[in-house]
Amino acid sequence: MREPVLSYKDIRVSFATEFGDVDAVKGVSFDVMPGEVVAVVGESGSGKSVTSSTAMGLLPENATVHGEVLLEGRSVLNMSTAERRRLRGADISMVFQEPMTALNPVLRVSDQLIEALQVHDVAFGAEALERSIELLERVGIPDARTRIRQYPHQFSGGQRQRIVIAMAIACGPKVIIADEPTTALDVTVQAEILDLLRELKEELNTGILLITHNMGVVADMADRVVVMLNGEVVETGPVTKILSHPEHPYTRRLLAAMPLLRAAGDPSLEPERVSVTERADASADGLAPNGTTNGFSGDGAAGAASVAPPALQAKDVALEYKFRRRATRVVHDLNFTVQPGEIMGLVGESGSGKSTVAKAVLGLLDVAEGELRVRGMNMPALPSKERKTLKREIGVVFQDPAASLDPRFPIGDIITEPMVVHKEGDKNSRMARARELLDAVRLPSSVLNRYPHELSGGQRQRISIARALTLNPTLLIADEPTSALDVSVQAAVLDLFSELQQHYGFACLFVSHDLAVVDALAHKVMVMQNGRTVEQGTTDQVLRHAKESYTQQLLAAAPVPDPEVQARRRTERQRLLAALA
Amino acid sequence: MSSQTPPIPPEDVLSAAEAEDAKLASAHRSYSQGQLVRRRFFAHKPAVVSMAVLVFIIIISVTSIGFSGQGTGWWSKSFLATGITVDGGRPTMFNDGFLGDHPFGQDSIGRDYFAMVMRGIQQSLVVAIGVAFASTFLGVLVGALAGYFRGWIEAVLMRVTDVVIVVPLLALAAVFGAYAQNLPGGTLTLALFIGLATWTGTARLVRAEILSLREKDYVSAAVAMGAHPARIILKHMLPNSIGVIVVNATFAIAAAILLETTLSYLGFGVQPPETSLGSLIQNNQNAFTTRPWLFWFPGLFIIAIALSVNFIGDGLRDAIDPRQKRTGSSRPGWRTAFGLLGRATAEERAGTQVKELSGGPSQLQMPAGMSDHGPDFGHDPTDEKRDS
Repeated sequence: MREPVLSYKDIRVSFATEFGDVDAVKGVSFDVMPGEVVAVVGESGSGKSVTSSTAMGLLPENATVHGEVLLEGRSVLNMSTAERRRLRGADISMVFQEPMTALNPVLRVSDQLIEALQVHDVAFGAEALERSIELLERVGIPDARTRIRQYPHQFSGGQRQRIVIAMAIACGPKVIIADEPTTALDVTVQAEILDLLRELKEELNTGILLITHNMGVVADMADRVVVMLNGEVVETGPVTKILSHPEHPYTRRLLAAMPLLRAAGDPSLEPERVSVTERADASADGLAPNGTTNGFSGDGAAGAASVAPPALQAKDVALEYKFRRRATRVVHDLNFTVQPGEIMGLVGESGSGKSTVAKAVLGLLDVAEGELRVRGMNMPALPSKERKTLKREIGVVFQDPAASLDPRFPIGDIITEPMVVHKEGDKNSRMARARELLDAVRLPSSVLNRYPHELSGGQRQRISIARALTLNPTLLIADEPTSALDVSVQAAVLDLFSELQQHYGFACLFVSHDLAVVDALAHKVMVMQNGRTVEQGTTDQVLRHAKESYTQQLLAAAPVPDPEVQARRRTERQRLLAALA
Repeated sequence: MSSQTPPIPPEDVLSAAEAEDAKLASAHRSYSQGQLVRRRFFAHKPAVVSMAVLVFIIIISVTSIGFSGQGTGWWSKSFLATGITVDGGRPTMFNDGFLGDHPFGQDSIGRDYFAMVMRGIQQSLVVAIGVAFASTFLGVLVGALAGYFRGWIEAVLMRVTDVVIVVPLLALAAVFGAYAQNLPGGTLTLALFIGLATWTGTARLVRAEILSLREKDYVSAAVAMGAHPARIILKHMLPNSIGVIVVNATFAIAAAILLETTLSYLGFGVQPPETSLGSLIQNNQNAFTTRPWLFWFPGLFIIAIALSVNFIGDGLRDAIDPRQKRTGSSRPGWRTAFGLLGRATAEERAGTQVKELSGGPSQLQMPAGMSDHGPDFGHDPTDEKRDS
């Protein structure tokens, strides 16, 4: 029997807050063996990060910890501050979620790596520099000898995460705690980072404690899985058992809530999805009856009502950001059409320009070239008064539920704000509309007088959707609306979203990086890369019969929550990449 | 996956979304932001005590001699009436009954110093609040416009701000003060003019706040729904920067009291026969060695007012800014307010430093158990966290 490198024994953590003590972790025990990857999964608030931070002593000041954390038999919690400081980095090291903030932007990469080595007496001076270069080469930074002199901002996100990993392995730690190491990265980069972690683990025989919410990452990496819920372990076991034959109902629900990218011929692909235009027409007709506040009928649009113009149409659109009078073009030659009642998924990795397109449609960014037609009218060219009238046809849902609602507005005011801005209805009719919408997003009408901070992320996102629908828009812009949510919450919000879409019949530009989410919702998909369209077509065409190699790469990189399938996909992806190279 | 997973039996285990909804339905007590702020403010002991002190000072200064200062309150003496100097003008407090005839003594021409100090407090507070109001209004206006519109509006407004900043505050305030002397309205006019010199800090802070709020999604959402800039600034941005504004205004009050004191001391502030705490000190500076009470009483009140306003500002900042670090439910006490740490924390800090030296990088590392000689400081994890 091998000794565990890191073991948690009956960990209890409580936080003292204004409203009394909150128990975040209620007696959690598990071990990490050398060379083993233990994945701790759970949704936000499950205590997964808090539990693992007890080993590093990184909890905030108001936390009280009970229990024992043993690192190779030594109790970490009983150590003095200085002892524990020596432990950090040397025996336990950490890889953080956000590579942008994990490195100090004003120090060269060389300084930061050398610091890690010198602090723990591993190497000094020129020797430390040599070691650092070796480390960078080891984690796959090309041209390490010259690039080590550069600053963090000169590296891409994935490369920065590689540097963070290099710092983590600098002193040959026995355990690496990786807290959501790939959550902030694009799927293709995520796959590369996971490959790297896997290699390093085998080479160094390090135990890895992987904290994640992504079951696909778990299937890709983990040997054992610990499932946490509300500060307790609900299930633990080998990865194949947990993911293929989960026992606890919570684990099953978690797995069922994962949106899946369906392969061609999947039985769940309804035939209904194919007949998009038919349904779009039907819902376009159905728009007027339930549109109690749909006052958009004047200004010549009524004459063209027999042939409904596309809800959104882009013709040779180019977008640019201006900085000190120099324009950087970020989107080129964009052409697409969203018919009324149709959901178009806009997918791409960070920097592809997908959110920029959403901004331009919302009027937050000027269109540099081309036409952006909303209901047949070129919005950027309209005089400001008409543009304001047209804006009531557009609703918006943003990504971050914490930032998209004004913290000083009660929910009722938030939902009715579009009506106030467009001077519609009186106090009573506004409140009636707010109640109706709250009902539609399945929240009790008592939240009208509550404030956003009292609601959870998923609930706030539902409020965002309600606000977007207040004026019965014909077009909804959803910019990554579920990316910041937990899987089960995401599933609930997506269900609600498609239900509302069928009921209200709005067209939607759905921006997302998650192909599975787009697959679940969209009728059409457009893939973007570096500001250009790579591929567009129906969801089926693009996601199941992709023609372009970039789309294929994206599809191959998305991990699935089944260890065996994922292992197969991994080899397939490597073959694909080799073929492309 | 879905084909392999057996249907989930009805269970007491809720998904996160359902659990959240259940929690929302069961929560009955709802705190608004304002209520939360009030709760935190009233838990801040120094701020609450300071507020009591300030209110007490305001009440006695107003009720004692009345708004006019002519002895219309419970203190029958006017701050202008001269009289015979009794006992060299020595304070009669605690000597002749509780207050006596002249509790704070008399000045050289026999005016009652208590009435004068009370009048001084009134005038100083008028100046302070007037300055705070004027500078906050101007600063918020400039900062919000510059931050929201950017471009040339920002360039012009911020360059104007820079110009005001490079002129020494005291010189500017003195010029404005001298100018205000010829205008009607007395002290309040003076206060508004001084405000013209002190708005720059607020403008810069508000601009910075607005710049960060501009990037918030709820502001983007408001722009996208077609809201007018005035609505966005007034309804979304300023209420969300109210923390910065209010806190800055309280500190402006404290600064204005001291600025008025300085101006009066230099002779550019409140003009005789009107009086203020600053001019009382200026008039009686020569008497400091012989009749120190003429110096001490106004001085003490300046300190008391400035200190309590500062503490109130501290409390407001702690209450409004949720990012403020606070150790759980324990509130800032008097010791922390004055920058004094708990003895245990101090000892522990000293202890760890000693241990660090003995176990530093270049020295022999001691076995884990052996470096722990002295008192057992670092063992309780809660204790240890407090000093980081």
